Amino acid sequence: MTTVRETGGPAKAPGRPAPFTFAGKPRYGERVIRVLLALAAAVTIATTIGILLALIVPALGFFREIPVTDFLFGDRWAPRFAKASFGVVPLITATLWTTLIALVIAVPFGLGAAMLLSEYARPGLRKILKPVLEILAGIPTVVYGLFALTFVQGTVFRQWLGLGTGAFSVLAAGVVMGIMIVPTVASVSEDAMSAVPQAMRQGSAALGANRMQTTLRVVFPAALSGIIAAIVLGVSRAVGETMIVAMAAGSQARIVSGPLEQGQTMTGFIANAALGDSRVGSIQYDTLFAVGLLLFLITLLVNFVSIALVRRYRQAY
Amino acid sequence: MIKDTDTDVPVLKPEEEARLHEQHGVPVHVAPTQKRGKNNDRVTDAILTCEDVNVFYGDFRAVTGVDLDFARNQITALIGPSGCGKSTLIRVLNRMNDLIDGARVEGKVTFRGVDMYAKNVDAIEVRRRIGMVFQKPNPFPKSIYDNIAYGPRVIGMKVANMDDLVEEALTGAALWTEVKDKLKQSAFGLSGGQQQRLCIARTIAVKPDVILMDEPCSALDPIATTRIEDLMAELRRNYTIVIVTHNMQQAARVADRTAFFTALADEGTGDRTGVLVEYGTTTQIFESPRDQRTEDYISGRFG
Repeated sequence: MTTVRETGGPAKAPGRPAPFTFAGKPRYGERVIRVLLALAAAVTIATTIGILLALIVPALGFFREIPVTDFLFGDRWAPRFAKASFGVVPLITATLWTTLIALVIAVPFGLGAAMLLSEYARPGLRKILKPVLEILAGIPTVVYGLFALTFVQGTVFRQWLGLGTGAFSVLAAGVVMGIMIVPTVASVSEDAMSAVPQAMRQGSAALGANRMQTTLRVVFPAALSGIIAAIVLGVSRAVGETMIVAMAAGSQARIVSGPLEQGQTMTGFIANAALGDSRVGSIQYDTLFAVGLLLFLITLLVNFVSIALVRRYRQAY
Repeated sequence: MIKDTDTDVPVLKPEEEARLHEQHGVPVHVAPTQKRGKNNDRVTDAILTCEDVNVFYGDFRAVTGVDLDFARNQITALIGPSGCGKSTLIRVLNRMNDLIDGARVEGKVTFRGVDMYAKNVDAIEVRRRIGMVFQKPNPFPKSIYDNIAYGPRVIGMKVANMDDLVEEALTGAALWTEVKDKLKQSAFGLSGGQQQRLCIARTIAVKPDVILMDEPCSALDPIATTRIEDLMAELRRNYTIVIVTHNMQQAARVADRTAFFTALADEGTGDRTGVLVEYGTTTQIFESPRDQRTEDYISGRFG
C-alpha cells in the first residue's frame, strides 16, 4: 500500500493526509450554454411542426369535401368557378415544365462554372469570378421575375425571335429561374470538387491524363455525392420558387403541353390566391393549404432521394 | 566540394542509338560527347539527364545548379534533409511541376537525349513515359480493376485484352494474388501497403520507361515497406527507377546509385536553396563519402 501524498488541499485532522480526489467544481456555465443551444434547436423543430400542423389541419378540411384522388388526378383546376373543380394536375404540369427548363439551364452552366473555378481557373480569375457568382445569387427574385417578364419574354422571345407566344410562358420563367439557380449549383458543386484531394489529380496527371480527363473521370466521380446534393438543392429551389413563376409563367391553370404556353404553377397559384379574398374556412381557402401540403411533400421527397443518393455515392478519401 | 573529375560521360553506344532509332522511327537526338559536371562520374548508360537545373517557385529558388545523370535500369536514390530540393527535383523529371502555379524550371533536362522542356514537347506525353508513385497512396475512387485500366484508357493505348493487362500489371506489382477475387471492389477497401502497390501497378500498366517514386514508403508500416522494396528490386529489370527517400537505410538497401542533396543558405538573403552535394554508387556514398557533409549526414550527425 502506498500513501497518497497530500497536495495542499484544505488542512484536515493533523497527521492524516487528505484523501486524493479528482472532484472538480460544478460547471454551471456549461449547463446554461447547453440549455441555450438546445433551445435554439428546439425552435427550428417546433417551427417545422407548427408549419406542418398549420398546413395539415385546413388541408384535412379540404379533403373531407374533395376526394384525394379527384385532387391528385383531376385535370381541371378551377377552384373559384361556380362549377368548381379541384384537379391539381394542371398546376403540377406547369411546375414540372418550369423546373425541368430551369434544370436544363442550371445543371450544365452550374457544373461548367464549378469545373472552371475548381479545375481550370488560376487564382486571379477565381478571385473575380466567385464574387460575381455570389452577386448573381443575391439578386432578389422579384428582379428576376421582372427580367423574365419584360426582357426575356417580351423583348427576346416575342420581338427578337418572333415566337408565337403570349405575354407569359413557362419557358421564360424556367430559363430565368435556371439562371437564378446557376450560382447555387456552381457554388455547392465547386466546394465538392475543390474538396477532392490534390493527390488524386496528380496521380491522374502522372499517368498521362489531360486536364479534362482528370476532371471528368477522377474529380467528378470523387465529388459525385456533393454534385448530386448541388443539383437536388437546385431542384428544391426550382420547385419552391414563387416570384418568377407568379410574374412570368402566367396565371391560367391549364395543362401545359409545350414550353411556349403559359401556365400556373403550384407556388404561383398559392401566391395569387393568398392575395385574394377567400373567406377563412371556405373551400377556396382550404384549397391553398392542400396545394401547400402537396408542395411540402414533394420537397420532402426530393430531400429524401437526395440523402439516399448522397449516401450512395459518398467517397471517403 | 568534390574535385572535378573531368570524366567524359560516354553517351549512347552506336548499337543503342540504332535500337532507339528503330523503335521510334525518327533519328534520336543524342547529345554530343561533352565534359560533364563534377557529380556524374561513371554513369555510362544515362536515360535521363539534368544539366544545370534550377527550379523556382515564384521568386524562391528551390533547387540550384543540379547536374545529374540517371542510369538505365538502375535504381537511383535521392537523399538529404528536409528542404534540400529532392522532392522538387524528382517532379522536374516528369514535368509535374507544370501543375504548380508559379513553378519554373531552368536548365536542361533530357530523356533519351531529347530536351524535355523544349517548346514542342507535350508534358502529357512526357508523363506517359515517365510515371510517378507518390508519398501517400492515392488510388482513384474507382474499383481496383478500373484503377489499373484508367491509365491505358485515358492515353488511348491499344489494348487487345484489358483483363490480361490488368492481371499483368497487378502481378508485376505483386498484388494479383491478394486482389484477384475482388477486382470490382473499391480500391479504398485495400490496406495502405496494398493501395501503394496498386498505385505502382497503375503506373506500370501504361508501360513507362522510368518510374519516379517520391517517398513511396513513408506512409507505410515496416512490413509493407519491405514488400515495396522487394518489388522495386523486381521492377529494376524492366524499368529505370528514381526514388526520393528520407530513410537512408532504404537508400542503402535498394539503390544502385545515390545522390546526396542539402540545403544551402544564401549568404546575402538567408534564403535556402537545394544543391547536389555528392553523387556516386551507393556503396561509395555510404562507405567512402568524399564530402564532409555527406559523411555527417549518413553518419547521423546532421539532418
